[in-house]
Amino acid sequence: MSRIAEYRQVAPQGTVDIIERLAERVRGRRLLHVSGSRLGGGSAEVLRATVPILGDLGIDTRWEITGGDPAYYATVRALQAALEGGERVLTEDGLERYLAMNRVSARKLDLEADLVLAHDVPPASLVEARAGGRWIWRCHFDCSGAQHGAWAFFRPLVERFDAAVFSLPQYAHRLGVPAFILHPSIDPLSDRNRELTPREMQTVLAALRVPQDKPLLLQVGPFTRGHDPLGVVNAYRLVKKHHDVRLVLAGTAEDDGESLEILANLRDAAQEDRDILILELPVDAHVQLNALQRAAMIVLQKSVHEGFDLGPAEAMWKGKPVIGGATGGVAQQILHEVTGYIVRSVEGAAFRIRHLLNNREQIPRMGAAGREHARRAFLITRHLLDYLALMVHLAP
Amino acid sequence: MRTATNPFVFTGCVELRQALDVHALDERELLDRLREVPIDSIFFHTHGYFLRHRPFTTAWGNDFARWAAVEVRDQVLAERLAVVDPFAVETLDDLREELALIIDGHLRGLGAVVRLPFARGFHFQQSRLVEVPLGPSAISLREFRDGLAAVDASAIYLHMVHARARRGRGSSDFAEWLRTSLGLPALADRIARLDAYLTTLERVRGRLLNLVDGALEEEGE
Repeated sequence: MSRIAEYRQVAPQGTVDIIERLAERVRGRRLLHVSGSRLGGGSAEVLRATVPILGDLGIDTRWEITGGDPAYYATVRALQAALEGGERVLTEDGLERYLAMNRVSARKLDLEADLVLAHDVPPASLVEARAGGRWIWRCHFDCSGAQHGAWAFFRPLVERFDAAVFSLPQYAHRLGVPAFILHPSIDPLSDRNRELTPREMQTVLAALRVPQDKPLLLQVGPFTRGHDPLGVVNAYRLVKKHHDVRLVLAGTAEDDGESLEILANLRDAAQEDRDILILELPVDAHVQLNALQRAAMIVLQKSVHEGFDLGPAEAMWKGKPVIGGATGGVAQQILHEVTGYIVRSVEGAAFRIRHLLNNREQIPRMGAAGREHARRAFLITRHLLDYLALMVHLAP
Repeated sequence: MRTATNPFVFTGCVELRQALDVHALDERELLDRLREVPIDSIFFHTHGYFLRHRPFTTAWGNDFARWAAVEVRDQVLAERLAVVDPFAVETLDDLREELALIIDGHLRGLGAVVRLPFARGFHFQQSRLVEVPLGPSAISLREFRDGLAAVDASAIYLHMVHARARRGRGSSDFAEWLRTSLGLPALADRIARLDAYLTTLERVRGRLLNLVDGALEEEGE
C-alpha cells in the first residue's frame, strides 16, 4: 500500500482522490525543499512526512540542508530572533558570514528544480544563486514586527523570490511579491498523534507517574513566558477550590535564565500541591505527549505569544476540548464555543474549565467537533493539497 | 433510463489563499478598505467563508461579521453584517455596496471606534481556486446521485456557490445540467431554490441528495 493510501482512513472523504488527481497534473516535476535542519518538530516534522508521500505520488521531491560554521549558526539565530521582533545586535561581519556560507552551500547543493521552497532564515540567501524554476520563501514565524535593521538586510533577499508563504496573514511583512497563506499541520499517523492501545497508554502513563484517578487538565509546551505555564497554574488553583482535578504541565525548559526561573516557580508550586505535575520531557517524547493528550479531560494552550503552536490541533484530533489564549495561531485553530474556548485571562481560563467540568456532557460533543475540525483543516493531507496547488499554480 | 446529452464532470477545488497587505484596525478602516480592495477579496470573505467553515454551522456567515463579533466585540455591527445573504445579492459589486452601507450607517451612530492591535485587525485576503476534475462523470440521474454522494465537499462548493457567484451563472452547475442536459426542469428548479446560506456544505449535499432521491423515485428508479 502506498503511503498516501494509508491516509484514506483519517482524511476527509474525497481528499486523497483530489491529492492523487492534482499530483497527476504535476507528475515528474521537481520539487526541492531547503531548510536548516532535518531534526525537531514543526516544519521539519511536516517535511519528514510529506517528502516521501510526494515522491510516491510521482513528484521528484528532494530535501536539502544548509549549514555552516558556529559563526553562521549564531548569525542565523540572531537574525531569526530579530525578524521575530527581538532586540539583537547584528554585525556586518556576521551577516557577511551568513551570506558567504550559503554561497558555499549553493555550490555544493543541487538547486535545480521546478519549484524550490526555502524554509525560514537559514537557506533564504541561496536565492542569490537561483538559476531556473520558481522560488518560494516559506516563513514559519511571525515577521510582521521585525526589527528595522534586520528587515532592511533581509527584505531584498525575500524580494528575489517569486512568492512568500506565511502561516497567517498577520504574520506577513510588507513585500513586493505575492504572499500566500498556508496553515501548518499535524501528521495523524505519527507517534505524536496515532491511535494508542489501552496497554500503551497504561504503560506510558505509569512510566510518567501520572495517576488516572482524577480528571486531568493538561498543557503541553515549553516552560516559557510566551506559553504562560504560571498562568495555567493560577487558573488551576481557581478551579481546584471547586473540583478535585489534577494539572499536568509537560514540556521542555529552554536554557535561558527566564525559562529556568519559570521552571523553578513551577516546581515550587508542585511542591505545595501534589496534584500539580511538572514533566520535563525530551523533544522527541512524542508517544508520551500523545498519551498525556489522550488521557486529559481538557487541554489548555494558554499562550500569550503570537506563534502558531499546533497543540490545539493535536488535542482536537484526540477529541479533546481546548481552552486557548486569544493569540495568533492558537485562536485560529479553536472554534470558540464549538471546539473549545478562546480566553484572554487566567480568570477566563478558570471560568471555562469550571463550565466544562460542571457540564460534562459538553466535553465529548466539543471533542467530536474538534476532531472533525482538525481532520478538515490541520492534517498533513490538507498541507499536501496546498503544496500541490502551489505547484499547479506556480510551476504548471 | 434517461441519459444526458453531455456528461456531468464533478470538479473539486483547492483554495490557495493570498494575503493582500491591506489591514483594518478599526471599523472605520474596515469601511475604507472594503471600498478599495479587489472584488476577489469581497468574494473570499463572504462566499468563501462557506468553503472554509464547511464542517460546521457558519455562525457568522461571513468574515466581516465574525471579526466585528470576535475581535471588535461590536455585537450590533456583527448582527447587521451577518444577515447579509451573499446568495441573494446579484453581483459582487452590489454585495460590496450593501456591506459598506451597513458599516457606514453603523459608524454614524458611534461616537468613537475601538482601535485594535495589529494582530487582531482585519487582514484582507483573496484566493485562487485550483480546480480538480474528479472522475467518473455522470450521464444519468443515478450516476449523478452516486457521484454527488461520494465527491469531496469542495465540489459542492464549486458547483453550487462558486458557479453562481463567480462565474455569473444564474443557477448552480447542478441545476443547469439537470435542466439542459438531462431534461429535468422541475428538479433543476427545486435545486435552484435550495437555500445554501448559513448552513454547511455537508448539509447542502444532504438536501441535494434528498431532492435527487425524490426525483429518482418519481422516475421509477
